[in-house]
Amino acid sequence: MKPFRYARPGGVAEAVRSGAEQPGSRFLAGGTNLVDLMKLGVERPDLVVDVGGLGLDEIVVDSGGGLRIGANVRNSDLAVHPAVRRELPMLSQALLSGASGQLRNQATAAGNLLQRTRCVYFQDVSKPCNKREPGSGCPARQGDHRNLAVLGGSAACIATHPSDFAVALAAADAEVAVTGPAGERTLRLDELYLLPGEHPERETSLAPGDLITAIVVPPLPFGTTSAYRKVRDRASYAFAVASVAAAIDVTDGVVRDVRIALGAVAPKPWRAHRAEDALRGLEPTASAFRAAVEAELSVAEPLPDNAFKLPLTANVVVSVLSDLTGASR
Amino acid sequence: MRITTTVNGQQRVVDDVWEGESLLYVLRERMGLPGSKNACEQGECGSCTVYLDGVTACACLVAGGQAEGREVVTVEALADADGLHPVQEAFLECGAVQCGFCTPGLLVQTHDLLARTGRPSDPEIREALAGNLCRCTGYEKILDAVRLASERMASR
Ligand SMILES: Cc1cc2nc3c(=O)[nH]c(=O)nc-3n(C[C@H](O)[C@H](O)[C@H](O)COP(=O)(O)OP(=O)(O)OC[C@H]3O[C@@H](n4cnc5c(N)ncnc54)[C@H](O)[C@@H]3O)c2cc1C
Ligand code: SF4
Ligand code: FES
Ligand code: FES
Repeated sequence: MKPFRYARPGGVAEAVRSGAEQPGSRFLAGGTNLVDLMKLGVERPDLVVDVGGLGLDEIVVDSGGGLRIGANVRNSDLAVHPAVRRELPMLSQALLSGASGQLRNQATAAGNLLQRTRCVYFQDVSKPCNKREPGSGCPARQGDHRNLAVLGGSAACIATHPSDFAVALAAADAEVAVTGPAGERTLRLDELYLLPGEHPERETSLAPGDLITAIVVPPLPFGTTSAYRKVRDRASYAFAVASVAAAIDVTDGVVRDVRIALGAVAPKPWRAHRAEDALRGLEPTASAFRAAVEAELSVAEPLPDNAFKLPLTANVVVSVLSDLTGASR
Repeated sequence: MRITTTVNGQQRVVDDVWEGESLLYVLRERMGLPGSKNACEQGECGSCTVYLDGVTACACLVAGGQAEGREVVTVEALADADGLHPVQEAFLECGAVQCGFCTPGLLVQTHDLLARTGRPSDPEIREALAGNLCRCTGYEKILDAVRLASERMASR
């Protein structure tokens, strides 16, 4: 591991200042991704700013059912929070489907959102990778891309974002509260995450020193009718091969509103707006669900070894929405 | 840097810890506590499971500096003056140990499971131990041991 300076700031302002003054600094939260990648030599920060002592570990539920989740709330604590389980079961299910008990106990809400891709070439410093080493090439297209992106990728990079939690947050229209050198701002998840384009090394719109302080989830009245379903290579303790977070409101026999986000198919949690638009106003039937998700996936660009993700994702969307609405398949 | 932690109930001060060292390294190499095992170093196998502030963690992914001021309990503290903990006895009796590399992590994670859930179902046991990999036993004897420990602890 490359030597680095280690700082334990006493407050948010100091953390932001330290992070901003040193290019290539990293905030350290639970450490379950950053420490791992530093050991592998993938992350090589000169300065590590440990934000674990800053607090930021409360969950506040507002009267409308919205949530403000402190950046440092542990994944395990968030998953079992009564308001989360009641108002947004998909959030709780997504968290519990990730990693192992030991890891969820340390992993934080913000760290989970900013974990890096599991693309095998990214993690292996002896291989080229445009994300790790801009301009070095992307061996994944010709090589191991079974678990890489079918949507939103570019010629330079087809990595997927590995988080389960972020998929459920995308479906819930969550935002992150950020404190940076210029003050505070909030970003929707689709403003936080960038698609790779020609610069896969830039994954988010955060600048040095930008600290996520909280995740803000607005009230979602039909969030109680939501679910997260994850398909993986074994029953537990594996990253998603395909996943779906969905919430749906059926009133008077028609879909009044619906939220669908897809995981493991794109460089960011993929909000399926096209499918949502197609469904509003229709009767909730399996064939309507299938037509909607197929419209979403019609822009996909699969490669030989990940094309299976298209029918798989479509099937999972249909099954989740059918289960939530009681539609027969 | 200097690190002050409470380990197995005692305050421990260690000097000259390099920031990049893991808590696992500090425990094994600087504190004379080699019970927690170093296998994958990537959070994948659970051999290094310890309690950190009362919840289990993979010590290999905790940077030394993160342990400052915190409370650590390792597998060494499961047994007390009266002898082995029922979880340890059950692992021995059921033959849940072959090479033994995964055992300390499984003991700590099982200890935690049974402290939180009196009589876990088989699916609950499997899920709770999903982060502890064993390449020898095939897991059947481990499940036997967890069931046995849970029966005994519940009937005490
Ligand atoms: C074996 C294994 C299996 C796993 N399986 C899954 C899985 O199935 N599903 C899944 O979703 N995840 C999985 N994970 C990933 C795990 O969820 C993440 O490692 C974890 O959520 C990261 O959180 P952390 O607090 O430890 O982050 P850290 O490792 O501390 O940080 C991660 C990144 O976030 C940045 N960061 C942290 N906090 C802030 C902040 N407040 N503001 C700005 N930047 C910040 C850090 O600088 C760093 O770049 C797995 C991990 C392992 C090791
Ligand atoms: S897909 Fe992205 S992360 Fe993977 S090798 Fe290509 S450039 Fe690197
Ligand atoms: S050595 Fe820590 S999880 Fe494998
Ligand atoms: S007994 Fe050898 S790894 Fe489990």
